[in-house]
Formats: sequence, C-alpha cells, structure tokens
Amino acid sequence: MNSNMKYFFVFTGGLLFGFGLAISGMAKQEIVLSFLQLKDFGLILLLGASALITMFTINFIPKILKKPLLSGEFKKRERNLTKKTVIGAIIFGVGWGISGQCPGSAIASLGTGNLPVLLGLAAMFLGAYIMGRFFG
Amino acid sequence: MIGIAVSYIYIATGLHATQSSFFSTTLSWFSNQPYFRAIAKSRTWRLVFAIAVFLGAFLYTFAFSSEGFYTTSIESWRIVLGGFLVGFGTRLSSGCTSGHGISGIASLSTTSVIAVITFLIVGILTATLLEVMWGIV
Repeated sequence: MNSNMKYFFVFTGGLLFGFGLAISGMAKQEIVLSFLQLKDFGLILLLGASALITMFTINFIPKILKKPLLSGEFKKRERNLTKKTVIGAIIFGVGWGISGQCPGSAIASLGTGNLPVLLGLAAMFLGAYIMGRFFG
Repeated sequence: MIGIAVSYIYIATGLHATQSSFFSTTLSWFSNQPYFRAIAKSRTWRLVFAIAVFLGAFLYTFAFSSEGFYTTSIESWRIVLGGFLVGFGTRLSSGCTSGHGISGIASLSTTSVIAVITFLIVGILTATLLEVMWGIV
C-alpha cells in the first residue's frame, strides 16, 4: 500500500472525527457526564448513529469492493471475550463516570483548548503502560 | 460525522479507526516490553490519526465555534484518577467507546456488545452515585 496515501486518508478522516467530537459537544467532560447522569441523551444518539453508519459500511462495502480503494484488505475486528474484556470495561466505566473522559474525546478535548485534560491524557498513558507492563 | 469518518477510512484503507490503542502503540516507541513491541506495527497511522483528531477539534473550535475555546470545570483529581482508570481499563478490555462502541458494534461482535453494555452501566452508576451520594456533579 502506498503509505503516503494511507496516511492522507487516515489524517483527513481523523480531522473529520475530531471535528465531529467537538461540534457534538462530546469533547466537553460536563456534557459526557450529563449523559452518564441520564440528563442528556446526545451521547448515546451520537454513538448509535455512528455505529449504524459504520455497520452499514463494514458489512456491505466488502461485498461491493474486493479490497479497499488503496490496496490491502478489509480488516476484520475480532476480539475474544475474556474476563479481561469485562473487568477492563468495568474499570473504564468507573473512570468514565468519575471524569467524563474517554480516549477519543480527551484527545479532541485538548484540541478545543482544554489544557487540564493534558493531565488526563498523561494519566491514560500511565494506565496503558501499567496495563501493558504488568498485565499484558 | 464520526460514522462517516470511520467509514471513509475503512473504505480507503481497510483499517478500523479507533482510539484507545493509540496509547499502547505510542508507548512502543519508548518501551521494549513484549506487549508494546507486539503491537508496534500500527503505531504510525494511529499517531497520525490522533494528531488529526486533535487538529479537527481545534479547527472547529478556532474557526466555527461561537463559544470559543473551552476549559473544563471538573476538578483535577477527577481528571487524573479517571484518566488513569480509562487508560488501564480500555487497554485491558482491548477497546473503548470508539473501539467497542463504534467499530465493535458495527462488526456485530458479541464481545463488544458485552463490553459496551458493561461500561455504559458502570459509567452511569458511577456518575450518578457520585452525584447522589456526594453531590459531585
């Protein structure tokens, strides 16, 4: 695969992803928390709509196109269900509920000028490091 | 917009544009631990993706937002403690809101459906308990 082209598509898609997180308000921890306190349902609507559009793409496009527009292959996203999946999701849920941050929204949040989230991103790297170092 | 962004990258490259793996793959530049070495292959495009997500949010806020730049009012201890648990938990679970929530659900993966239901319930319980028990909003 021509890697410059690959990075071009990843980059432009990422711009749209970040733009979407910012315009929807999901880069704001207060708005994420207001969903988790069941006061505002924007987050679940955004997540549902995004998943539906992507579901259409992942399930139908590989039937029309043999391979992605740039060479390579359509990758399948496979994860085995283990105890780690569930324990990890519980730990993530607690962190999400405490702070209103998740990985993508925290990265976008920094782009909206939210400097305190640098602390959160540093803590995410530390958490990811400890997980990989001792539990990977 | 986010669904279109993920679809666009998938149609062009076949990659699943998800977020939390970025933290682990980026660490592979700094750590030779086997866990990080094993996933280093995708680290460049994931870094490009994360930088673009940052810039996309910046572009919106700088050029289009009527409210201007934003700073959270959430206390630092919550940002740090929450961030740590999010970093640890998403990597242990192999996915986050975008990995399990968008790409995983879209792939009709049972694992991801269970993960999403779990983190939604736990997230709602945590935020609601903090609010009700200690008045932390």
